Amino acid sequence: MSHDHEPDHDHGHLGHGHDHESHGHPPGQRHPFQPDLEDGPYSWHMALTDAVADLLLAKGLITADELRRTLEDIDSKSPALGARLVARAWVDPAFKARLLADVNAAAAELGIDAGPIPIRAVECKPGEHHVIVCTLCSCYPRLLLGPAPDWYKARAYRSRVVREPRAVLAEFGLELDPEVAVIVHDSTAELRFMVLPERPAGTEGWDEERLAALVTRDCLIGVARPTVPPA
Amino acid sequence: MKALFPPGHCRTPFYIRGKRGRILDLVDVEPDPEERAYGRSGLPAVPVWRVVFDQHELWPDYRGPDRDRVVVGIFEPWLEPLEDGG
Amino acid sequence: MRRHHDMGGLPAGPVERSEHEHAPWEKKVDAILRLLVAKKIMTLDELRRGIEELGPGAYDELSYFERWIRSIANILLEKGVVTVRELALAIEAAEARRAAAEACPKTVAAP
Repeated sequence: MSHDHEPDHDHGHLGHGHDHESHGHPPGQRHPFQPDLEDGPYSWHMALTDAVADLLLAKGLITADELRRTLEDIDSKSPALGARLVARAWVDPAFKARLLADVNAAAAELGIDAGPIPIRAVECKPGEHHVIVCTLCSCYPRLLLGPAPDWYKARAYRSRVVREPRAVLAEFGLELDPEVAVIVHDSTAELRFMVLPERPAGTEGWDEERLAALVTRDCLIGVARPTVPPA
Repeated sequence: MKALFPPGHCRTPFYIRGKRGRILDLVDVEPDPEERAYGRSGLPAVPVWRVVFDQHELWPDYRGPDRDRVVVGIFEPWLEPLEDGG
Repeated sequence: MRRHHDMGGLPAGPVERSEHEHAPWEKKVDAILRLLVAKKIMTLDELRRGIEELGPGAYDELSYFERWIRSIANILLEKGVVTVRELALAIEAAEARRAAAEACPKTVAAP
C-alpha cells in the first residue's frame, strides 16, 4: 500500500530558512516511514525527535491518534483568533469587560478553545501602551495565537524590551509620544498575556471582520498598533 | 524584592531582585515552579502577585518618561515588605 | 550569580526580525511536549529547567526546538521513562529508516 502525497495534512509552508514543507504522513504510523526528501538533511535532533516519539508510542504512553490530533490542534491556532477577540471587544463593551476579566472564558463564547493555561488581556488606552515579553524563556499565549515569532524567543528582544522598550518598539516602526506610558509585561508565572490594542480612529461603523483584519500578531504582542490602510 | 541569587530553577528575573515595586494585584495561587522543576509537587500552592516596577527604579540610566514601567508576576516568597510598609 | 537564560536587561544587538515557519519536526516536538504535559508525564517547569541546564554553549548554539527536544529527552531519561540504550537504538533506527528512504524512495512503501 503506498501513500500518495495529497495535501490533506496541512503541516506548514515553505519557510524562509532551510526548513521545508513535508507532505506529512501521520507520525507514528506503523507503515514504513516515507519522508519527503525535500526536507533537507536529517539532523541528529530530527532523529532524536522521531526516536522519542517512537519510544513513547511503543510504550503506549501516547497514541498515534493523539499525536495526529495534537498536530492538527497546533495548526488550528493563529493570531486570527486573537484578532476576532479584539474586534468583538471593540464593538461590544460588555464583551470587552469579560475579555479583560478572563480571556479563556471570553474566547469560549466565540467557540475558540484557548486551552487550560490562563491568558490575561492587557488593555492599551490613550496614555498607556502595553507590550509583552518572557525574559526567562518564551512564554506566549500559543494555545490561542499559535507559535511565537522567532524574534520573541531570541536574545535581543528578551533582554532589551524590558530595559529600552521605546528603542525596541522604534525598530518595529512604532514611535510613541512621551505622554504615552510604555508598560512591559514579563511573563514569569503561569499566566500568559495578549495585548488588547486601542481601536484606531477612522473605523466607525466597520463590521467585526473588517476590524479583525487590522489586528496583526504584532499588535497582539504590542510591537505594532492597528492602523487603517490609506484609502 | 529579595536580593538573593541562588542556582536552580527560579522564575524571579535577575533584573528585579533587590528592587522596589508596588503590588498591583493577586494573579493566582500556583504550585511552586522551583519545586515542580525537579519533579516535586510544588504544593502547597504559592500566591503570585503582579508587581509594578518603575523603569527609573530598575535602570539608573533609563531615559524614557517617568511613567514607563515593567509589570512582573512574583511568587510571594520573593517579596519582602519595605520598612515603611510601602 | 545570574543564570544564562535570565537575560532581561542585558545589552544586545538589534532585533533580528526574519522568521521561519515551523518545520514538521518542530511541530512534532511541540506536540510531544503537549501530550507529555497533558498526561502528567512531565511538567513545563521541568522542560524549562532542562533547557536551563543545557548550559550556555548549548543554549546559544542550538535552535529553539533543538533545546526543547534535548530537554525533553534528558527529562525522560531522568525520570526513567526511557533508558539511554533505548534512545540510542531508537535514534539508530530512525536514521536507518531515513537512509533507506533516501536510497530508494520508490520501494520503501509496504507491500
